[in-house]
Amino acid sequence: MLDAVWLIPALPLAGFLCILLLGRRLGDPKSGYLATLMVGGSFAVSVGVFIDLMSKTAEERHHLKTLFTWVPLESFKIDLAFLADPLSLTMCLFVTGIGTLIHLYAVGYMHGDERFSKFFLYLNLFAFSMLMLVLGSNMLVTFLGWEGVGTCSYLLISFWHEKESAATAGKKAFITNRVGDWGFMMAMFFAFWAVSSLDYSVINGSQLSSTTATAIALFAFIGACGKSAQLPLYLWLPDAMEGPTPVSALIHAATMVTAGVYLMVRINPILAVSAEYAGWIIAGVGVVTALFAATVAVAQNDIKKVLAYSTVSQLGYMFLAVGSGAYVAAIFHMVTHAFFKALLFLGSGSVIHGMHHEQDMRRMGALRKLMPITFGTFIVGWLAIAGVPPFSGFWSKDDILLAAYDKHIVLWIVGLVTALLTAYYMTRQVIMVFYGKARWHDAHEEHGAHGDLVSEHGELQPHESPWTMVTPLVVLAVLSFAGGFINLPFEESTERLAIWLEPVVGVHHSDTAKLPLALVAVAMGLIGIAVAYAVYYFKKVKAVEPKILADAWGYDQAVSNFMGGPGRKAFDGVAWADAHVIDGAVNDTGLLVRNTAGQVRKLQSGNVRNYAAAIAAGVVLLLAWFVVVRGIL
Amino acid sequence: MIEFPILTMLVLVPTFGALLVAVISKRQPDLVKVTALLTSVLTGGMSLWVLFAFDKDATANDGFQFVSQHTWIKPWGISWHLGIDGISLFLVVLTGVLFPLVIAGIDPHHDHKRYLSWMLLLEAGVMGSFISLDLFLFFLFFEIVLVPMYFLIGGWGYDNRVYAATKFFLFTMVGSAFMLVGIVATAVLAKAGPGGAITFDLIDIAKNADFAASTGRWLFFAFAIAFAVKVPLFPLHTWLPDAHTQAPTGGSVILAGVLLKLGTYGLLRFGVFLFPEAAVWSRPLFLTLATIGIIWGAIAATMQTDLKRLVAYSSVAHLGFIVLGTFALTSSAITGGVTQMVNHGISTGALFILVGMIYERRHTREIAELKGLQKVAPVFAAAFMVVMLSSIGVPGLNGFVGEFMVLIGSFGSARWWVVVAAGGVILAALYLLWAYQRVFHGEPDEDNKSFAELKWKEGMLLLPFIGLIVFCGVYPKPMLDRVQPSVDRLLVHVEEKSNWQQPHPSEPVERIEEAHGEGDSADETTTEGEG
Repeated sequence: MLDAVWLIPALPLAGFLCILLLGRRLGDPKSGYLATLMVGGSFAVSVGVFIDLMSKTAEERHHLKTLFTWVPLESFKIDLAFLADPLSLTMCLFVTGIGTLIHLYAVGYMHGDERFSKFFLYLNLFAFSMLMLVLGSNMLVTFLGWEGVGTCSYLLISFWHEKESAATAGKKAFITNRVGDWGFMMAMFFAFWAVSSLDYSVINGSQLSSTTATAIALFAFIGACGKSAQLPLYLWLPDAMEGPTPVSALIHAATMVTAGVYLMVRINPILAVSAEYAGWIIAGVGVVTALFAATVAVAQNDIKKVLAYSTVSQLGYMFLAVGSGAYVAAIFHMVTHAFFKALLFLGSGSVIHGMHHEQDMRRMGALRKLMPITFGTFIVGWLAIAGVPPFSGFWSKDDILLAAYDKHIVLWIVGLVTALLTAYYMTRQVIMVFYGKARWHDAHEEHGAHGDLVSEHGELQPHESPWTMVTPLVVLAVLSFAGGFINLPFEESTERLAIWLEPVVGVHHSDTAKLPLALVAVAMGLIGIAVAYAVYYFKKVKAVEPKILADAWGYDQAVSNFMGGPGRKAFDGVAWADAHVIDGAVNDTGLLVRNTAGQVRKLQSGNVRNYAAAIAAGVVLLLAWFVVVRGIL
Repeated sequence: MIEFPILTMLVLVPTFGALLVAVISKRQPDLVKVTALLTSVLTGGMSLWVLFAFDKDATANDGFQFVSQHTWIKPWGISWHLGIDGISLFLVVLTGVLFPLVIAGIDPHHDHKRYLSWMLLLEAGVMGSFISLDLFLFFLFFEIVLVPMYFLIGGWGYDNRVYAATKFFLFTMVGSAFMLVGIVATAVLAKAGPGGAITFDLIDIAKNADFAASTGRWLFFAFAIAFAVKVPLFPLHTWLPDAHTQAPTGGSVILAGVLLKLGTYGLLRFGVFLFPEAAVWSRPLFLTLATIGIIWGAIAATMQTDLKRLVAYSSVAHLGFIVLGTFALTSSAITGGVTQMVNHGISTGALFILVGMIYERRHTREIAELKGLQKVAPVFAAAFMVVMLSSIGVPGLNGFVGEFMVLIGSFGSARWWVVVAAGGVILAALYLLWAYQRVFHGEPDEDNKSFAELKWKEGMLLLPFIGLIVFCGVYPKPMLDRVQPSVDRLLVHVEEKSNWQQPHPSEPVERIEEAHGEGDSADETTTEGEG
């Protein structure tokens, strides 16, 4: 089974090719089911490989499968090869597992869209790229997947490309990610010239100077900041919500955005030998992003924007873990986050679907009775992200906070504040969407006759979603509840994920007493929930939603202003200089030659007397020269 | 047994084709077209035959194959000396493949006969330039190329064609004037070497001539200026946007596809190969100009309002990468540069074809006048998307391979230039995606609503391009296998003739087990290797 690892990315690729050729004929919903089947097949293969890998001893849990030589130079040899090891398989399992669920969900969500099969074409291409990313045995194959997921993300964000905002958001995502890609490329250059290879096995296993290791780690981190939406490159992710909701769930919450975390964990031996400040930078950027995004999420009114900022914030937690050396915690949180954030996004998609494409939470409310399954599953997701035990988010967040405490108490405190805010804004969202009084009628009056918003009786009727959408919600709810059990901190044998990942990331010891820290964290979460209840449910306290938070501290605007102002002026300046200075010089040279020639031409007047005069003058001058200068006479 | 003079035929067939087309009566337009097409297809077929017959491991004749050498003007040591190696092989094939596609697929709209005749003459000139191993012969072909291109732009171009054609001609002529002086001086000065007899033979001079350092540098610059104009290297690039924009689609495709490569090819073959010492000495200058060109071209492209001009400026940026790789003087950088020459020809050629199709439909190239084309012509938009992604350098497509190899190869010998040049990949995404958004996204307005979908014939023209874009991106091995031995031979030559030593990446040293838990477990995962 191990040798079949190549099938994991190959199946979605096959799906992509099939839909490319037959998509229009298959149509809605057959192409969707085909795509789902392919990713489901990948999941099945992943499970098979996983079982095979489990049956081996820890030392032997890695398998290299080379397909062919991609770049064959003696001086620069890159194989298209896959590495099956505990880390890549963990990634494969949740990427394909959640991917299958979201594909299925999308069959319902995208039903009736005129570009239905194209959506699944992109989605399968995405799954393929993502699996290349995690399975690549060297940095270049990872980069192939890395750019591939970026491209698919671009295509899917601007899927409804007639909409100006969607088109712009897609472009923004691609270009911002390219800034990160520059960092990724630099990391590859440093690594290659240090060990003449891009294979992870060689890079991770070689003696590196601390300077080189630091350079590789930090440049890779720039790449990770782009892909995983960390400060200062997070800008594209909130805008990416323009894409269809299944895309937000799959790409911009569960899988693609975790690629940066994956990359850092993959090269963890390099982090271990790099300078101490590298870890500090990573942990610092992570924790600052976590807090920053959580504050912004507090004041968002778009149901998806809340979740988007929440994703940025949770990814910050993962980098906090990476920077603190707690790689298992990072991966653990990545997995549980994938469960509950995918669930929340799909739940919000179900709400949006049921509300006929309404996304503003101020126009929702009281949906719990109309959409019972969506409501029930959303609650599970909410408790998981808020860190309420025994839901999955509690366990993984706790691991991270423990590692942060070990690194420095300030990191821990900021992490706690973030946890409080997280519980607060998620409770706010749940109340605004599912409780209180129904506000969609207000919206209806405000909007007047809003064609598809209203039923034939002139009333908006939110409804529960079809089975294709509800089934994934239920499965994800179960996972969000129970996902934490893969790594329980009671004793070493229950830390199954840590044992499983040990061959890749080693052991991370902590002597800190876990229980007091956990109690503080839970308390913070409960305070957040309580405050939010007081504000939004009981309305005892006035809501604090300052505009500066809604505007994400004005950072996005500042960047846009810079790009549109001085940035654009500089670009214009270059274009002007090109046309006027450089080309101007060229044209002036041409003009000069022509004008001079024009003047000189006049001498050739055709008038014999002029010529004779010129000859005479010449003779006189020559004679004068002989006489005066040479003194011949 | 006399070998079939395949390379000579590569030049002669299109030349005769050009003459034949010129003498056929104007009243038989179909015969004209068929003749031109057959000639170019025949040439293309021969170039493919060369590709398949090429032996990548051959070492005789300094790596040159299918050599054809005949004395031409004996007293001056000028000979008809043709040969092909890994560096020129794919440029020849690209030329052979591109011309029939352009001739079959792109309609010049008027005066087919003269147009086709010039096209075939152009093909002969380009082919000759890529396979000449004699300075005089090379110069001859290099100059012949100018004439048909001048007439193609001037005769079948757009509104401002006369200005553009003249600019193109004069600019290149000025460069060529330097090269002519350089060639004569090289031949005369090389005579002082061991042989004594005057010779224009490239290989003879490169191997035996021993110029004083300062002489070599002067001669090198005489050649380099001509090539720098052709590439075009910043700041000698301003003829390119005008020529590209005003040229008919077919002309633009050929211009971007193969003509610009005469410059980068020339820098390798008649710059670095002929004057290694001077090339090594002038590295900082060329690396800097190339890097400026990458950034400058990309920024200028971003601000263009004319789609065709935008693509033209993108060429300035892309060609900058090739020059960067050339003067980085490492095996993978130069191999990457040669690969990029071919790949840029494919993807930019395809881009010009697509822009030409837009012009055919809308009679404008102004980005501001186009909108929402993806909604009305999704297949056309998809084709544009694939070509655009290749031009941006997305891995898996052809544009990535060369660019990445140039960058990673140059990092060892030109680190800081690479740090800046790699920023060009960000800008490439910026100008292309922005243009794509403005042209293809959004709701189409009245003028763009009736934009016609891709036709079968157009699809057939684009299909080979897209096929090559994917193939060369996924499986570049066949190309790299053939290019690299020649590049390595060139580098050995450079290292012999100058003080250059190309840097090699450090060999990995296995990590010593550390006491920490993290250390040893990290090692365990990494010892598996090929297992």
